[in-house]
Amino acid sequence: MAVNHVSVDIERGEIFALLGASGCGKTTLLRMLAGFETPTSGRIVLNGQDLSRMAPYQRPINMMFQSYALFPHLTVWDNIAFGLRRDGLPKDKVAEKVEAMLKLVQLGKYGMRKPHQLSGGQQQRVALARSLAKQPQLLLLDEPLGALDKKLREETQIELVNIIEQVGVTCVMVTHDQEEAMTMATRIAVMSEGRIMQVGAPSEIYETPATRYVADFIGNVNLMDGSLTADHPDHVIISCIDCTHYVGHGITGVEGMSVSVAMRPEKLRLTRERRQDSPEWAAGHNQARGTVKGMSYFGSFTVYHLQLPSGQILRVSESNTERHREYPLTWNDVAWASWSPSAQVVLTA
Amino acid sequence: MKLRLPTLSGRSAVVGVPYFWLLLFFLLPFFIVLRISVAEMEIVTFKDLLTYVEGSLQLKLKLSNYLFIAEDPLYFKTYLNSLFYAAVTTLLCLSIGYPFAYFMARAKPTTQPILLMMVMLPFWTSFLLRVYAWKGLLSDGGWVSNLLIGIGADHLLLFSGLIAAEGKFMNTPFSLIIGMVYTYLPFMILPLYANLAKMDLRLLEAAADLGCAPWLAFWKITVPLSKAGIIAGSMLVFIPCIGEFVIPELLGGPQTLMIGRVLWDEFFSNNDWPMASSVAVVMVLLILVPLAVFNKYQSQANEVRK
Repeated sequence: MAVNHVSVDIERGEIFALLGASGCGKTTLLRMLAGFETPTSGRIVLNGQDLSRMAPYQRPINMMFQSYALFPHLTVWDNIAFGLRRDGLPKDKVAEKVEAMLKLVQLGKYGMRKPHQLSGGQQQRVALARSLAKQPQLLLLDEPLGALDKKLREETQIELVNIIEQVGVTCVMVTHDQEEAMTMATRIAVMSEGRIMQVGAPSEIYETPATRYVADFIGNVNLMDGSLTADHPDHVIISCIDCTHYVGHGITGVEGMSVSVAMRPEKLRLTRERRQDSPEWAAGHNQARGTVKGMSYFGSFTVYHLQLPSGQILRVSESNTERHREYPLTWNDVAWASWSPSAQVVLTA
Repeated sequence: MKLRLPTLSGRSAVVGVPYFWLLLFFLLPFFIVLRISVAEMEIVTFKDLLTYVEGSLQLKLKLSNYLFIAEDPLYFKTYLNSLFYAAVTTLLCLSIGYPFAYFMARAKPTTQPILLMMVMLPFWTSFLLRVYAWKGLLSDGGWVSNLLIGIGADHLLLFSGLIAAEGKFMNTPFSLIIGMVYTYLPFMILPLYANLAKMDLRLLEAAADLGCAPWLAFWKITVPLSKAGIIAGSMLVFIPCIGEFVIPELLGGPQTLMIGRVLWDEFFSNNDWPMASSVAVVMVLLILVPLAVFNKYQSQANEVRK
């Protein structure tokens, strides 16, 4: 079963992203919205209208297909006019709308070309214009930028969002690229094995993941297993093999229960000496000693792989604000990783 | 500047082979036929076209055969007949073959090879035998004949002028068309199938998404995209049908005289090679000219698009 027990409300005018690894059911869900797949149970309601039993060609929904599915035998102009003509619009109305769409996607001069005479980026804009021409109540984007190369993708992300917002259409997109989902969407649903794991704004998903899966799927994360040793209303202590965590907020749980602690690499700092300049650090919490076993230089930041005594690797991302460090850390150096009481996310699932 | 020696590269060799083939086995024989068609007979040999007599070089082209073809209504009528039956056969093959190829291309990938096999299976028996079998099926008391009489189809056929008398199907335009459609159907189906099978089905989803009901999507997307297949299939049926000899001979009748038969008679009954050659040349032109015009129109249309 590709999709199971999915229930989600999408608000008018938002860009909603279905994010997940391939085979997680996100495309099936999108195809259900378009009408190409029929759910065995449940309903799809748009503006109070039940769409579940409607054929694709009857739904007020348009889709921009992965790799676009432009009609190769029709010109750009006719591709965009295709949906309008099916509505039986008079000729001058069709022409007016097509011209407006061409202008919107900045392809005014390309109306008489055939799709194969356009670049990938131009084809993508034709596909967008075609799916927007009928002013759908819901726009579906299936991996909208998947066919473009990285540089073009970044430019197009912003442009696409601008156009969608200009038109004001509600939009559901499917992507496996978390960066794309983060930059484009107002809300993201992380999917796995046909279920929605978490729904939230990009920053929510990133900073407060609800489960280990989401924490691990979105961005890089250090996951440590431990148990709750002290539970106070304003803070908790969690003991792991290599360190103890002082978490600056209460959680719902009982002492002794096993939990996971998730920390993003950029929330950690590396020092040569043990730090004492805060009460938690002075008390020995939120610090771990290790050996540098690897360094990956990314230009704007460097990721250090710190091996803790238990053998676990802690990833620490240091941003390269200086061009040269005075005492750069190198392989097999001993260093201390430290973090603040607000850096961790405690996961019970 | 370096002097470039003309070398025979692999690419031009590969392109050259089919050209050479056409030159050797089409153009050259055609010119031989053309030469015979304008030559004068001298009992059993042809006179030279170019002769050098008493200091003057003479080119002698005998055009009387062509004039005869142009003047005698029999030839005109026979050419027209050939074109008509070839066209009817092509249209019928298309209308039967298209749905056939369509469902074959949309069948489950595992059943497709079996269906394809079934289309090609008749080729395993002799073409002559299969055409001859229709004689038995269509003549008095034959299965198909009985079936057609049983459902009363013979009245309809008589009314439309395809048969001459009730219950008599053999040696009529009807039996000829059945034989030609039966024989040439695979040549329509195969290119159509090849074309339809590689069509991107997401285009139909895109059409549906844009408000196109399935049958309209078929007309607006599937049919235009299979144009190349339709053209290829129609050519493969139409062209050999014009010159078809065996099927009209076995299944046709007095009403269905086609140019292949005329050719045969000129060659083997009248032994008039120049006349036979003239008939053949006119037939080739009859096929080639519309093809060339069509090609030119196609490439012009492509130019405009660019």
